[in-house]
Amino acid sequence: MGTAVRKKRTARVDSSSCVACGCCVKVCPKAAIQIVKGVVARVNPETCIGCGKCARECPASVIALEEAVV
Amino acid sequence: MKKKWYDYLWILSLTYLILGFFNILFAWLGLLCFFIPLLISAIGGSKAYCNRYCGRGQLLGLLGKRFSRKRDIPKWMKHKAFRYGFLAFFFTMFFLMLWNTYLVFAGARELGQVVTLLWTFKLPWHWAYHGTLFHPGVAQFAFGFYSVMLTSTVLGLITMLLFKPRSWCVYCPMGTMTQLICRARNGKP
Repeated sequence: MGTAVRKKRTARVDSSSCVACGCCVKVCPKAAIQIVKGVVARVNPETCIGCGKCARECPASVIALEEAVV
Repeated sequence: MKKKWYDYLWILSLTYLILGFFNILFAWLGLLCFFIPLLISAIGGSKAYCNRYCGRGQLLGLLGKRFSRKRDIPKWMKHKAFRYGFLAFFFTMFFLMLWNTYLVFAGARELGQVVTLLWTFKLPWHWAYHGTLFHPGVAQFAFGFYSVMLTSTVLGLITMLLFKPRSWCVYCPMGTMTQLICRARNGKP
């Protein structure tokens, strides 16, 4: 019997080029992304639904959606 | 999402730009956009200014909804070398502007009633100068500071059109500076 593999899409920030402007925070419908200590944006993978709004909004385009096996 | 009072700060930014067309001395108010973010990052240790209160960012965001091509910004523009380089360049030009102001204060130079756009183009702006109660140097600073604000707005608008609405945020010198302050103060998160 094969086990079903479920994949979940999550946003991931390239923290080395994030400018911490907070544009992503404003558009996230789940409040799953936050600016940590004024330095970098961080996604909470538990609450992120992978909608990609933050990735589209990010002026530096440093947010990508990644698929992870759950 | 329900709008908060600070979501309307773009109106202040727009008003600031318009006031500069009527009386250049209003340019002094722009210092708020310098000191508030610096204080928030140095004392509060956050980029709350960028994240919430930046009226210019909001204005570019609103205009960009309609007019931006919404393309990715070129890689070199988000590179640290460019961001820090632009900050250094901006600082240099800022100090040059302060130096010019000093020269007028010292009486070594006459008041130049011009707004310098993109550090090059001298636009006649005498119609926004109606004299000052203080030293002409006070007006010189206003002309210089408004030049800085208008130049950065124009750059912001160009990159808004070409790339994403708030592309200016990527290389905004204030944003780069407050991020550096936060990193120095808070360490790597």
